Amino acid sequence: MKILQNIGEYFILMGRTFSQPTKASLIRKQISFELNSLGLGSMGIITIISAFMGAVITLQTASNIDSALIPDYTVGFTARQSMILEFSTTIIALILAGKVGSNIASEIGMMRVTEQIDALEIMGVNSASYLIVPKILAAVIINPFLAIWSMFIGISGGYLVAEFSGVVTTDAFIEGVQLDFKMFSIYYALIKTAVFAFIITSIPAYYGYNVKGGALEVGVASTKGVVTSSIVILIANYVITQLLLI
Amino acid sequence: MIELKNISKSFNGKQILHGIDVVYEKGKTNLIIGASGSGKSVLTKCTVGLIEPDEGQVLYNGKNFTAMKLDDRKEVRKKIGMLFQGGALFDSLSVEENIKFPLRMHASMTEKEMQDRVNFCLGRVNMSGINDRFPAEISGGMQKRVGIARAISLGPSYLFCDEPNSGLDPGTSILIDNLIKELTEEFQITTVVVTHDMNSVMEIGDHVIFIHKGHKHWEGTKDTILKTTNKELSDLVFASDLMKKVRKLS
Ligand SMILES: Nc1ncnc2c1ncn2[C@@H]1O[C@H](COP(=O)(O)OP(=O)(O)OP(=O)(O)O)[C@@H](O)[C@H]1O
Ligand SMILES: [Mg+2]
Repeated sequence: MKILQNIGEYFILMGRTFSQPTKASLIRKQISFELNSLGLGSMGIITIISAFMGAVITLQTASNIDSALIPDYTVGFTARQSMILEFSTTIIALILAGKVGSNIASEIGMMRVTEQIDALEIMGVNSASYLIVPKILAAVIINPFLAIWSMFIGISGGYLVAEFSGVVTTDAFIEGVQLDFKMFSIYYALIKTAVFAFIITSIPAYYGYNVKGGALEVGVASTKGVVTSSIVILIANYVITQLLLI
Repeated sequence: MIELKNISKSFNGKQILHGIDVVYEKGKTNLIIGASGSGKSVLTKCTVGLIEPDEGQVLYNGKNFTAMKLDDRKEVRKKIGMLFQGGALFDSLSVEENIKFPLRMHASMTEKEMQDRVNFCLGRVNMSGINDRFPAEISGGMQKRVGIARAISLGPSYLFCDEPNSGLDPGTSILIDNLIKELTEEFQITTVVVTHDMNSVMEIGDHVIFIHKGHKHWEGTKDTILKTTNKELSDLVFASDLMKKVRKLS
């Protein structure tokens, strides 16, 4: 029952968020701020994780292929497919749900308990729109770029492993990376990323916006925001994949 | 003028406000006093619509605010300035941007005009020169004063202050009281001040209501309060030795 209530409240909040826009000049400033903090702020972690994941996928695949029947280029092919289809989209989204999600929930939750949201309302500002729209828009715009960056770094990580560990030749790796490449898989990845970006900003925003109480409740909201958005990402991943790929 | 008619409010089955009727006159400082937890902040939030009352109506200049649609409420709210109990400054904005915020929202001013207005408001609360600091970098009392500067930046018709002088030294406290009174009279504002400070009551209490356990238990002025025979009100007002002496003298 609680779940149904949460879902209902979430959609009511989203309705309010997108119904009465705030003055464009105010929102624009917020969006550029969020683009910076959500985008640049996540570059570091995404770069490190993607490089190591690309490297490990390459090692794992290479070391698990014993049969001479399986060509060497399989390693590069697997690295590319894993990065583009799942890692740079879903796994990165899960990581950002932890980083960005807890951040958003606690920021908005703190504003709620210190009456800053009331102060906005008193000034005739649609607080939901003013606080949430810039975060959602910024993430939906910037996350696809982060995903592309993650793919590039991941595959580069795999290439470096090929270069230095010798589990597979770089020529074979590159051949695999280029093999049977379909542009559609990039579109699929970017659509997923945009949907996930919406999830990891709007759900924690909902939990933060509805905090009642004090610092303790803000912490609880932050945790709930991260857990719920992670679960919703996994469900959405399944649904989108079913719809687009099958 | 603001009229409250029969305002009641419960939270989770516990009744906090019991049918409160009161009229706040224009050009007067209306004070709400009462013990901690008696419902003063809830009453104030019901008045501005941050909390919906379960029963009753709030009228702004005769117009039923409670029944208004969101858009109409917004129009009224543009004329409301409010200082929250905790200051409620926006953490992510500097002092200057906090005060500019309502101007950016509702006024069509140039940057220069806004700048002048900010400096003027900061001057009025004796806080000139802290424009570039952030709320986390100034003391609680300073935050309160910036909160007042923000509340008056648009030149409100209605001013609500929830404990404007808690956390202030006596000198600053009097300064703020005088500021509120001056603005109220000069611009014919309808002002509502929640306070615990008996000094403020004596200084600026044109009209005082006493909330006791969610009921309006007493109503009067700074002059009649000293002669009150109301038991609960006496307990609150004359809790300190100083006030007991004041009563003897009067
Ligand atoms: N949103 C809310 N949900 C549930 N109970 C609330 C809520 N807001 C206030 N209350 C309760 O209403 C009562 C009155 O609270 P209120 O904040 O109005 O007190 P107050 O008179 O302003 O006290 P103080 O002088 O300490 O600020 C308290 O018992 C408080 O717990
Ligand atoms: Mg209070």
